[in-house]
Amino acid sequence: MSDVTMRVFRGDRDGGGPVDYRVALTPGMVVLDALHAIQAHQAPDLAVRWNCKAAKCGSCSAEVNGRPRLACKTRMDALPLDKPITVYPLKAFPVIKDLVTDVSWNYKVNAKIPAFTPRPDVKWKMEQRDVDRVQEFRKCIECFLCQDVCHVLRDHGKKEQFGGPRFFVRVASLEMHPLDSVSRTKLLKEELGIGLCNITKCCTEVCPEEIHITDNAIIPLKERVVDEFYDPLTMLVRKIRGAKRD
Amino acid sequence: MAELSTTGSVTRLGSTQRQDSWWIEILPVIMVMGGFSVYATLRALEGKFYEWGPYISPFYSPLIDANHHWWPFSPAILILGGPLGFRATCYYYRKALYRAFLFDPPACAVSEPSGRKYSGETAFPFVLQNLHRYFFYLAVLFLCFLWYDAVLAFFFPEGFGIGVGSLVMLVNVVLLSTYTFSCHSLRHLVGGKLDCFSCTAFGPPRHSAWRVVSFLNERHMLWAWMSLFSVGLTDLYIRLVSSGYLKDIRIL
Repeated sequence: MSDVTMRVFRGDRDGGGPVDYRVALTPGMVVLDALHAIQAHQAPDLAVRWNCKAAKCGSCSAEVNGRPRLACKTRMDALPLDKPITVYPLKAFPVIKDLVTDVSWNYKVNAKIPAFTPRPDVKWKMEQRDVDRVQEFRKCIECFLCQDVCHVLRDHGKKEQFGGPRFFVRVASLEMHPLDSVSRTKLLKEELGIGLCNITKCCTEVCPEEIHITDNAIIPLKERVVDEFYDPLTMLVRKIRGAKRD
Repeated sequence: MAELSTTGSVTRLGSTQRQDSWWIEILPVIMVMGGFSVYATLRALEGKFYEWGPYISPFYSPLIDANHHWWPFSPAILILGGPLGFRATCYYYRKALYRAFLFDPPACAVSEPSGRKYSGETAFPFVLQNLHRYFFYLAVLFLCFLWYDAVLAFFFPEGFGIGVGSLVMLVNVVLLSTYTFSCHSLRHLVGGKLDCFSCTAFGPPRHSAWRVVSFLNERHMLWAWMSLFSVGLTDLYIRLVSSGYLKDIRIL
């Protein structure tokens, strides 16, 4: 059985750097297996966050060869094995230790979003065609790979002004819900900064659940914001009808 | 045995740990879009060789003041803003152009130039991208003219006929229609803006319309590129025929 070099970031808030480990390849091995092999035989103090090892909990997010991925879903035989395989923590979030990052900022953003609010007299009956769109968004496992790869957060550090793709997906799941009664378009524009998104689709590219984040969540939300704040005709029609902005 | 090595800072343009050739994604966009822009500009300024027999170049349709009664320049200049605006504000092209020409970002998980102020689509000029739906309305108007031209391309002075140019113009207008009607803004307008298809007046037909546009929209990038090539090649064909470099072959 051949060996491969794993170049793993070791460090904490104060800094760190990559450390090379030789790991024996086994059939069907994924990057998380290799990290576990390092923990078991060479570095028992290596910090890795993981839970299900089935690409459903979203815990083992890391940057493998520079690409945000789930370590448990990235097969070793899909990577070039003649060069060291780099495994780094998510760049958009502060490191706690080794591959574990502090993603608590995401939960603060989540808290800004008004929860599902059904109409007072709602009949709890929905047709499938009305919930098709929302069901796609419910697949999100909150791995935060989309947040990590989004250049607005990753390169521009706009955490104060921008919610990020994960939370546009959440807002879309609420905004497009047939029984919900709250409008979140003002929140999208003013607090979650959807205008900062320039639709470069990296979030869609990295999503392990293959949610069409940009086409099915962000762009439809941008269009709703246009209805509300930028389209003079729609604004005029709303004014004539006397409708209020939420 | 573990070996310690050092890590570098990753803030300059193009810095990444990606090991693949990420720049290959943007190279074709730079070449094709750059080439098309130069060609379209030169053709728009040329002001001649834009019609032959029943054919008219899509760069010049609708033909306005061809005899220069009040507009001294090429008639193409009067109309190119419409199609150009539709493509420039298109949700697909925005991705392609931001990546390839503004490096914002150049590719996923690849660094941008450091120290650049970023305001996305919240400030001028990119805030104008929010008016994409108005360019869509304009594009539909242009499509009406192009369909009219495509039908006329089958009617020669001696009557109905089919030339290579007729088919070229027909294929072009079909591809342009597919691109236009796969637009994200249209997807929103026909039904995407509704929260509940079953509880709105005309909800079910709007759901059907939304599904059709969504189906086309899944391949919006493909239609965007194919229609860009077709419009350029249609113009080139008509220019070559009109200038005498090529003879139009009559099939029927």
